[in-house]
Amino acid sequence: MDSTFIIEKSVVILVVFGVTMLMAMYSTWAERKVAAYLQDRVGPNRAGWGGLFQPLADGLKLFAKEEFAPNTPNQFLFRVGPGIAMATALMTSAVIPWGDRLHLFGRDILLQATDINVGILYIFGIVSVGVYGIMIGGWASNNKFSLIGAIRAASQMVSYEVAMGLSIVALLMMTGTLSLKEISEQQAGMNWNVFYQPISFLIFLICAFAETNRTPFDLAECETELIGGYHTEYSSMRMGFYLFAEYANMFISSTILAVLFFGGYNYPGMSWVAENWGVNLANIIGIGALFVKLCGFIFFYMWVRWTIPRFRYDQLMHLGWRILIPLSIINIMITGVVILRGEIFAYLGW
Amino acid sequence: MSIQEISLSGRKKLVSNKEMTFLEKMYLIAILKGLGITIKHFFRKKATINYPEQVREFSPVYRGRHMLKRDEQGRENCTACGLCALSCPAEAITMKAAERKADEKHLYREEKYASIYEINMLRCIFCGLCEEACPKDAIYLTISKELVPANYDREDFIFGKDKLVMPLEMAIKNTQLKNSN
Ligand code: SF4
Ligand code: SF4
Repeated sequence: MDSTFIIEKSVVILVVFGVTMLMAMYSTWAERKVAAYLQDRVGPNRAGWGGLFQPLADGLKLFAKEEFAPNTPNQFLFRVGPGIAMATALMTSAVIPWGDRLHLFGRDILLQATDINVGILYIFGIVSVGVYGIMIGGWASNNKFSLIGAIRAASQMVSYEVAMGLSIVALLMMTGTLSLKEISEQQAGMNWNVFYQPISFLIFLICAFAETNRTPFDLAECETELIGGYHTEYSSMRMGFYLFAEYANMFISSTILAVLFFGGYNYPGMSWVAENWGVNLANIIGIGALFVKLCGFIFFYMWVRWTIPRFRYDQLMHLGWRILIPLSIINIMITGVVILRGEIFAYLGW
Repeated sequence: MSIQEISLSGRKKLVSNKEMTFLEKMYLIAILKGLGITIKHFFRKKATINYPEQVREFSPVYRGRHMLKRDEQGRENCTACGLCALSCPAEAITMKAAERKADEKHLYREEKYASIYEINMLRCIFCGLCEEACPKDAIYLTISKELVPANYDREDFIFGKDKLVMPLEMAIKNTQLKNSN
């Protein structure tokens, strides 16, 4: 391992970190704008042009607020909760292929922090740790509402992780790899997985909503019932961390949706661009294409938030356990039959 | 036609409790429809009025901020009779009467005048009843575009004579206009 390699990776990691933070920041702005537009309002428009400095103002405000802590025996856990939520939200971005590779300074630079061959499993692992942040925060708050919110979040995330994992299995049977990089490469041209696995996509999408605690599944923090759910007792930047982690999660899950199902950085005509205009340019456009896709998903998240009302808790569990899981198992079986159709036909002697 | 079928708005729909079909049970179609409705609003004209830059159009018979009038000779009309305060449904007006001194004849038209006259703008509902009650034509609700400017202190919303009495220049101008007509 030479020093240039370390520098290269550090730069990529820093850029990915910065971009994730920036996207999370501006998601808050976008959320307000989209919400306003969907409700025939104009949204924040005072801080900077079109309210573009609004996230900065919000951040400043949160930092300047008094850090209030409830009278809880778990001061340490109370402090550590938002940190866990934030850290896990940021860790998932490590395995996402943001583009193919750039050829700079005589080196091939992989536009990915690390290409581990169990990328998807890594993401699932980290995302399930994310629930600890919420659980610990809610528990340490010493407040009924927080606790109920945290428990709801935990059980919801655990249930939907099952359906999410199963929906991905059908996809993995097709791709035959767990590396997000290879999955992206396989979708070159217009071979996007969403055309082959629409049901898997649908289940994954619904589960992604549940995993990120967004409406219609935002039971963990439903204002009407639980005040603010697990972050009721939080104030100042600790609460900012929770909210920020949520937006970072939304950004990451949009990216994963784009990478797994919508071809990642691939776009129609990529090989033509690579031949005529050079590989670097083709890949830079590829990064742009990925961002267009994931911004589309972020918009979709917000769009749904202002369309569908919240589920009831039993409806949520019913949907997760009794509809999505059987559906994904059926999907796995159908995929298996289609993949093995040659052997099956041979076995039946057709 | 029975009363159940009459629909005044033309949009009445009978509620049916029939079993949902499989497609309806999936909710996906209903969700897509809902998304369609919300996205239509995304492109609609916005209802917001960006207040300080943009002002809503006022009606020609609009009642704005109060003004205590002066007559042609620049004297205050108000005689502190208290009828406006009595008629005010919001109990926004208070005043203190004083007797006019001999050397104040050019200031006040009547022998008694209001030394303090205050309207609490947080209470006032701009109904105009004070204007109707006044026997001396002293108080009017103008067509000023600005009702009450925003402020940080409650005290600042109690408008005294300094803010309510018609400025002298305006009285002079009015008199000039009248004479030229
Ligand atoms: S306008 Fe109506 S509410 Fe306001 S001071 Fe006059 S009488 Fe009272
Ligand atoms: S404004 Fe008119 S009604 Fe009110 S005290 Fe003066 S004279 Fe009387």
